[in-house]
Amino acid sequence: MELLLALIVGALTAAGVYLTLRARTFPLVLGLAFLSYAVNLFLFAMGRLTVGQPPLIAAGAAGYADPVPQALVLTAIVISFAMTAFVIALALKARAEMGNDHVDGRHRP
Amino acid sequence: MNHWVIAPVLLPWLTAILLLLAGRASLGWRRRASVAAAIAQIGLALVVAEKVGGGDILVYALGHWPAPFGIVLVADRLAAWMLVVTAFLALFALLYAIRGDDAAGSHFHSLFQLQLFGLNGAFLTGDLFNLFVFFEVLLIASYGLLLHGGGRRRTRAGLQFVAVNLVGSTVFLFAVGTLYGVLGTLNMADLALKVAATPPANAPLVRAAGLLLFGVFALKAALLPFYLWLPAAYAQTGAPVAALFAIMTKVGAYGILRVYPLIFGAGAGPAANLIEPWLLPLALATSGVGMVGALASTHLRQQVAYLVVASVGSLLLAFGLDNASGIAAGLYYLPHTTFAAAALFLLADSIAHRRGELGDRLDPGSTVASAGVLGSLFFVVAVAVAGLPPLSGFLAKFLTLRAALAHPWLPWIMAVVLVTGLFGLIALGRTGSLLFYRALPPETPPAPEESSGLARELAPAVGLLLLVVGMTVAAGPIAEGAQAVADQLLQPQRYIQAVIAPGGMP
Repeated sequence: MELLLALIVGALTAAGVYLTLRARTFPLVLGLAFLSYAVNLFLFAMGRLTVGQPPLIAAGAAGYADPVPQALVLTAIVISFAMTAFVIALALKARAEMGNDHVDGRHRP
Repeated sequence: MNHWVIAPVLLPWLTAILLLLAGRASLGWRRRASVAAAIAQIGLALVVAEKVGGGDILVYALGHWPAPFGIVLVADRLAAWMLVVTAFLALFALLYAIRGDDAAGSHFHSLFQLQLFGLNGAFLTGDLFNLFVFFEVLLIASYGLLLHGGGRRRTRAGLQFVAVNLVGSTVFLFAVGTLYGVLGTLNMADLALKVAATPPANAPLVRAAGLLLFGVFALKAALLPFYLWLPAAYAQTGAPVAALFAIMTKVGAYGILRVYPLIFGAGAGPAANLIEPWLLPLALATSGVGMVGALASTHLRQQVAYLVVASVGSLLLAFGLDNASGIAAGLYYLPHTTFAAAALFLLADSIAHRRGELGDRLDPGSTVASAGVLGSLFFVVAVAVAGLPPLSGFLAKFLTLRAALAHPWLPWIMAVVLVTGLFGLIALGRTGSLLFYRALPPETPPAPEESSGLARELAPAVGLLLLVVGMTVAAGPIAEGAQAVADQLLQPQRYIQAVIAPGGMP
């Protein structure tokens, strides 16, 4: 499970970096979204991967899931969700004002 | 529990909410509320500064959860120093904005107060993840402020600014996640203890996370490889926003100063002095690149933005000396450069307004209205920004060089500080002579302006200049204060004791 999760985080990050370096706003937005997915999974995994364990003190529990990364990832999801919405709105505004979707606003034939 | 610690965070937040709820109130009312909050902010910052001035470290446990389990706000001398600088800067930026720039959109004052909320929170928090959250708050507000008023160039600069900062936030989260995964805590004082006790097997991970974090702070501070976002963003946004943004690069510098002496300082075991090999060379290079940019600029606002980049170099150079007097010199330089750069942004806007279609393009044009007053002011601000005597920029440079005397890199530091100073002088001298001396006589002499309107327009810039003059006159006490901040920073065990030990609890 660790290997699988690590591969997913790596693949998402790689895709995110590649897309963020594109010169068009739509791939840029997708890239930023991929990066935020990758970092959310990464944060989540930092509490170690556990299955079926209680996060709070319970009688007779064999072990515990770390609740802090869950709280962190929730915060991070909220922030990245809001940011993605903002970037999409901004990209649309840029498309409307500059007449094309290049991040430098350049027209290409 | 000392409630003064949280007051500088709550006041702008509540004001912003109030301004949002009162969105339909008249602009005059919102302006008054915003200015009143900014003035109260100065009072609160001074109260906090007075309370921590004796060397106490005040800890405010939110929800009464003791550190390291809950989030704490920590007011020490450094936090108070930054709070005071921010509060003064905000008031003058706001006074310039209420002359009309705030009418271009409906929520300028809410965004402005939210920006202050983010800044003050970032300075006061004692938790690394909370620092990330406050960075996001101040960034979200800064996106709105940067785009305020709209326009094609501003949108383009805003898009790039947002994209760069979102990537930076992602990297911040990776660093925070790694630190939590290895050390199991995010409280800065607790992190300092845990990093010092890291087993060698985990040391590479901790070092990697620490350097990732340095990358993020370098991005916020506009340090060399990551400075490219700054000139476009600062040159295209509105003047009061650019003036307020003079503090934004200092947030990155603050992050470096907060995290590295505390968590990755001399006592951090395998991760000790983590950024020492990086900070000084990068700062020297940033100074050089910023000044070359200032020399090559074709627009006045762009030139000021590059001067901000160069000032970041000078600031982090002082911090990079890694001794108490170097940090103190940097802390003395920080308010000076913030106020001087903000004054120059405001003045550049006033000049650009009067040049008609030329705007702030550095081409010879005809004499502007009120050239005498504007030119004299430009001269004084230029003296401050270039670091010439008698103003405080010169004193800051002197303090930096004096702190560097025993440093092995002294020849490089000396050369870069003096040569970039000369470059700055040439760049500003050329701009001033182009704007005011080589100006052609206009075909129709400009109508003399009403002196009251002119006074109101220039008052914020003059106010910022007076702060710079005040820093020069009171250089002794202020430099001593900076020294006290630096001494406290280099004794991280007192910070750790205040936060973690039961003595720090209410």
